[in-house]
Amino acid sequence: MTFMHIGKDFTPPDVEGKVTGDAKYAEDFRREGMVFARLLTSPMPSGRIVSIDASAALRMDGVLGIITADDLPPSAPPANPMLASEYVTYIGQPILAVAAISEHVAENALEQIKVQFERRDFVVDPLDSLIEGGPDAYPEGNAMVLTAPEGDENTALVGRIQPVKWPAAEVEKLRMGKEPNGKFTAGWEYGDLDAQFAQCDVIVEESFVTAGYPHQCMEPRTSMVYWENGKCYFHASTQSQSSVNNGLAAMLGIGPENLCLINENTGGGFGSKGTSYPSMGIAGNLSRLLNRPVQLRITREEEFYIGVGRPGMQGWIKIGVKDGGKVAAVDLVIVSDGGPTGQNSASSSAGHISVLYQPDAMRLRNIPIFTNTAPRGAQRGPGQNEMAAALAPIMDKVAKQVGIDRVAFRKMNAANSDSGIYEDQSPVTSAFMAEAIEKGAQMFDWQAKISQPRRRGNKVIGIGVGQGYHGAGGYGYDGLVRIAPSGRVYIHSGVGNLGTYSFAATSRAVAEVLQCSWDNCEIVRARTDSHLPHSSTQGGSNTIFTHSRTNYVAAMDVVTKLKEIAAAEFGGAVDDYSIGEERVFLTSDPAKGMSYGAAAQKAIELGGRYSGGEYPDDIDPITQRAVAGLAGTGLIGVAKDNLPRKGTPPGEIVGFVEIEIDLDTGKIAVLDYVAVADCGTVMHPKGFSQQMNGGGVWGIGMAAYERHVYDPQNGLPANVGLYQSKLPTMLDVPATMANAAADIPDPFNPMGGRGIGEPSQGCAVAAMTSAIADALEGHLFNRVPVTADMILNHVAQNDFGPRPLKLNTF
Amino acid sequence: MNPQLTRRHFIKGVIFSASAAASGAGYYIASAASRSPGAVERLISLNVNGRVRRVDVLPQETLAHTLRYRLNLTGTKLACNRGECGACTVMLDDIANYSCSVLTHQVKDRAVITVEGLRAEDGTLHPVQQAFIEELSPQCGFCTPGQVVAAAALLRANPNPTREEARQGLSGNLCRCGAYDHYLNGVMRAAELMA
Repeated sequence: MTFMHIGKDFTPPDVEGKVTGDAKYAEDFRREGMVFARLLTSPMPSGRIVSIDASAALRMDGVLGIITADDLPPSAPPANPMLASEYVTYIGQPILAVAAISEHVAENALEQIKVQFERRDFVVDPLDSLIEGGPDAYPEGNAMVLTAPEGDENTALVGRIQPVKWPAAEVEKLRMGKEPNGKFTAGWEYGDLDAQFAQCDVIVEESFVTAGYPHQCMEPRTSMVYWENGKCYFHASTQSQSSVNNGLAAMLGIGPENLCLINENTGGGFGSKGTSYPSMGIAGNLSRLLNRPVQLRITREEEFYIGVGRPGMQGWIKIGVKDGGKVAAVDLVIVSDGGPTGQNSASSSAGHISVLYQPDAMRLRNIPIFTNTAPRGAQRGPGQNEMAAALAPIMDKVAKQVGIDRVAFRKMNAANSDSGIYEDQSPVTSAFMAEAIEKGAQMFDWQAKISQPRRRGNKVIGIGVGQGYHGAGGYGYDGLVRIAPSGRVYIHSGVGNLGTYSFAATSRAVAEVLQCSWDNCEIVRARTDSHLPHSSTQGGSNTIFTHSRTNYVAAMDVVTKLKEIAAAEFGGAVDDYSIGEERVFLTSDPAKGMSYGAAAQKAIELGGRYSGGEYPDDIDPITQRAVAGLAGTGLIGVAKDNLPRKGTPPGEIVGFVEIEIDLDTGKIAVLDYVAVADCGTVMHPKGFSQQMNGGGVWGIGMAAYERHVYDPQNGLPANVGLYQSKLPTMLDVPATMANAAADIPDPFNPMGGRGIGEPSQGCAVAAMTSAIADALEGHLFNRVPVTADMILNHVAQNDFGPRPLKLNTF
Repeated sequence: MNPQLTRRHFIKGVIFSASAAASGAGYYIASAASRSPGAVERLISLNVNGRVRRVDVLPQETLAHTLRYRLNLTGTKLACNRGECGACTVMLDDIANYSCSVLTHQVKDRAVITVEGLRAEDGTLHPVQQAFIEELSPQCGFCTPGQVVAAAALLRANPNPTREEARQGLSGNLCRCGAYDHYLNGVMRAAELMA
């Protein structure tokens, strides 16, 4: 299919402000009378608040007030509360906020507040809590027992906390890489596992550990809030305009119609800003208490804690292969480290395997354990990407035992458009992973690379291949388009702006359908009071698929209305009319027609559904309010995405990497990187390249650098900061990174595209861990990241001591 | 790093200007300590983006604080406020520096250029800015002003860098989105535009 706009580069409207400094982020806003809030946070990993005495602080000049949990509605653990009430469960947990005329005064006021705590036993390694007699992160226990099915990755778990303990012998089995027999609280399975294992020629068992690590968004999550006439105006840093609204309004105890969320630019989110978060509630409620504009700036150190992090995993896996390379059975145990908030991505981790290796039978047994470490939340490819990291070298070992090339093994097991995925073996919209693998192997020159000598003096070469997967799209959101009497086309978008430019790339579906100039289009976004429709959060790789569909249906509604207006004006049937050159006209006599602007004027005169006076019954209340706000201002196209559905749109990528390990220092240099996506039509080439390469950088960080580290004696974090839990610098990644796409359109998106934001990390980290094992003659560390000290210890033939599955402590 | 503005120089400045340390790891001045007014001249002249600005500056105030909160030049971003990330990079006498790690009183006699000062008088974008747009170098954009200034400073010192030299030149600027490849493309294109 030939497109006017789709698949072509363009200049997104927000990019110039980013290079000139004009782009405003939440902290760049000031308001007359604004005061500054600072947080008093927990100094200990676990304890009970006995008393708070803020009297001296409140007497200080310039101090305006404080807010504590007593001023807020209660929230039951493990919901991450805005402010701690009786118990603190992590270092850095906000206990109260002080407002003052300056940050300086507020900071000094914090020094005058006396908080008495009772210490509680804490835990930083889940297995230390799971073992009989181990400490519990909460007074109620250490595990969430679900009372409702687990929702998607942005949905809080519903259940109750209770203690779950395993006999010491079972914990020890897991630590030593053997199948444990303990109580699990979650899991799923499909197929006949025993029967499939019985058919297998090769069976491999391994343990694994993946470390959690902080999101480290560059923009610390500042809030600036003020109230006017009962309405709240909120400058924030989020991943969505409309998905955040309801949750934030609930935190503030108001209806969403009384909240105006303002967020033109967001300095990174990576999953941590997909929903409203506690510090937003602190700022908003404090502002209302004081009746003053309040800015709550979050520091880099605070961001380490309240900016959440990826959960960790400790686990065991058994993989069986039959028929010369077909993955037949996978048995998986995951103990998840959800920190104090209980984020658990184990189902997604197992799903990664079900998609990319298509086992005939599979089982997941899982127990998420709370620890007194930093809170956890969804992070880029939650579950799938950490499993990608752990799995790749294990699958390489399987391929070697089968006697098949690593790339051929992955291609043989790749999903296609008829494949089923996850526990219900539900369908995918389409999948062409084998084509992507083939293309990637050629670009990387796989055969030549694996044939080269590996040893170069004190350095050794490693060649790796890995895959990433994430569900890449959703259904059922709304699209909203307006044509003004001037003829200008306004595309309303509630999608956030993380810098992927997908809010703009998907808006181009409107220009495509209306066959109009992109210069005549304007994207309306950034403020919820500018009438934004119900949109997904910008996360989960879903914007490209989800919102090219919503913009398509809204634009198609515009086209229908244009033709109806023209038919009423010039006679004939609606189908007798066409559009082109920003006019609607009689196909058989193009002189009979009118411009889009004239049609918009006519729509206003006609009223009703043509100009937003009426709207479809099935659109979301958010969109209903948006349409009502636009009524009478032009021709309104609005629709819910009711296009045909077929299961999950998969985002799949294969990555290839060549590394060089210095055996004297343990340093890993990345020499070459190639990634090829199965993501349907590439809608915006430069945006695609950004996500492919950016995810690649994330994969390198996850493979070799980033992790939580805690002092087991005192529970103190050892690496708070950008250079401690080190994110890659320009010198840690290759000077050039190559990418491409299989470029086969997805039939369930009118524009053909699917997202790739998350699997771009998964494929890279998998390729890296595959390459590290390859460089070290197949050695499995069974843990991620593989840091320089681990490599040096391996080379020196040192082992890691008696507890090989430890997490958060190294 | 500007040899006249080393970390040691910065720390010495903080020691001399602050009478006591405070707990706050987080705010924009180098120390939370108060001191008696009048001990140091506070109303000073700064040469920022080619204009002399009179500004009231605390003795322990960092340049990043002065730029953002007294001169409203919010293009200079604070992501770490402790010399780790480079989001606050500005030019001092044409050399890239972290403005979170420079005391404003130390740069009274220097020419400060922020991201807002790179455009020509007529509004024409600096070649680095133009190239970064053409290559779609930024993602979230929060580190971008620092990357732009670092690239502009690099090209003043080395108008025709190799890709490896550009990589070294920008290695003090972190990008969490991982847009490094696209920033390097932008630097190389900017060098072509300036040739």
